[in-house]
Amino acid sequence: MPTIRIPTLLRPAVGGVARVEAEGATIGEVLAGAAALHPEFGDLVFESDGSLKRFLAVFLGGRDVRHLRGLDTPVPPGAEIIILPAAAGGAR
Amino acid sequence: MNDYHDLVRRAKEQITEVTAAELAARRNAPPVLVDVREAYEAATGIIPGAHLAPRGVLEKAMPQIAPDTSTEVVLYCTVGNRSALAALVLAQMGYTAVASLAGGIAHWRVNGYPIEMPAGAGDTDARYARHLALPEIGRAGQQRLGESRVLVVGAGGLGSPAALYLAAAGVGTLGIVDYDVIDVSNLQRQVLHDTARIGSLKVDSAAATLSALNPWVAVETHAIRLEASNVAEIASGYDVVVDGTDSFPARYLLNDAALNLRIPVVHGSVVRFEGQLMVVDPYRGPCYRCVFPVPPPPELSPSCAEAGVLGAIPGVIGSLQAVEAVKLLLGIGETLAGRLLVFDGLAGQIDVFSTARDPGCEACADPDRPPVLVDYDEACRPVR
Repeated sequence: MPTIRIPTLLRPAVGGVARVEAEGATIGEVLAGAAALHPEFGDLVFESDGSLKRFLAVFLGGRDVRHLRGLDTPVPPGAEIIILPAAAGGAR
Repeated sequence: MNDYHDLVRRAKEQITEVTAAELAARRNAPPVLVDVREAYEAATGIIPGAHLAPRGVLEKAMPQIAPDTSTEVVLYCTVGNRSALAALVLAQMGYTAVASLAGGIAHWRVNGYPIEMPAGAGDTDARYARHLALPEIGRAGQQRLGESRVLVVGAGGLGSPAALYLAAAGVGTLGIVDYDVIDVSNLQRQVLHDTARIGSLKVDSAAATLSALNPWVAVETHAIRLEASNVAEIASGYDVVVDGTDSFPARYLLNDAALNLRIPVVHGSVVRFEGQLMVVDPYRGPCYRCVFPVPPPPELSPSCAEAGVLGAIPGVIGSLQAVEAVKLLLGIGETLAGRLLVFDGLAGQIDVFSTARDPGCEACADPDRPPVLVDYDEACRPVR
């Protein structure tokens, strides 16, 4: 089953854990699978039209899925998906 | 337009010049001598007894060098042009007995008058011995670092280690931008500053620390908030910008400015135990907006003040920014242009992700139409 790695700031939406496993053959399916388990996570990553929120970068196999096939990018079984919002801090 | 030569010619009409022979004749009662060249130039030898005050810091340094404005002062540079311009400025400051050495130290040298090495200058080989031992840097690379100019935006958690390592590396000119003053809560990670300087401007503290570490680095301070109206003027003329800002509006503005000026930027950011790093090589690799087209909503992008940060995390990311800046300056290695490095300190993990230019990027899609410089609000919408 693919795993989604969750950065600390997004963990409250998935019950505080660092990784979520979800079924699915594409990025969109895996994220939707995680959203079925954690509705707050769905609100975080999907726009109301089902597209990916623009502030999130999603990586599979070290590559930005926007430059693969977006939500339709195939996900091999056991793959790790990383989702990432930009960080702001310069430590003022 | 009045170009450099027009300005120099006009300055020489308004100021007093002395010849090398006239100056040499004053051996027993010399005027106050000020070398206005950059430190890396002065490192090749100065007129004995000269004070060093590169033009960028001359106005600030003069009250310490000559508190009495009636003091007789002779300025010199390499051939006498910059010192002529500098003499005009000293006159504006109220100095009444200023002269410029005609022909500069070049005339002084060809007449066979004595030259001395400025204190510490002879240590160059020793100071940079570990660089000189690296085939990728060596003597040519070290010389190039000495002629380089880097702008560090933010003298905070990221800017502190970045600026310290760049100064230590012998980068000739470091610009530091920060409008803020030092607060006790900064000292947990902002290693440029110290307890005695609480309440001082961060740029002044940075200049003091960096000059103490490496007096051959010229530090240019900009105690100002970066805005659309000033960012191009401040950043132009630098070879690399290090982004240690602490907000999305500042990051997007800096990205826009870098595209306009075609200056590479090393972006770093941190929160809690995590850090991110990427290099923007304008129009050759993805820009910040290609990777993060819009900022996260405020609840997902807390500042370090709100969400906290382990002090050593900006230490890691800021140090990596210095590494990337040196690589860009010297053209060595593979920079992080087109890649996003993510450090998770708690997990003990570093990942590097490939990114690419977004053909529809709002900022960099069209090289012939760089983004208009506008200020952004917290959601990074243009403020009019």
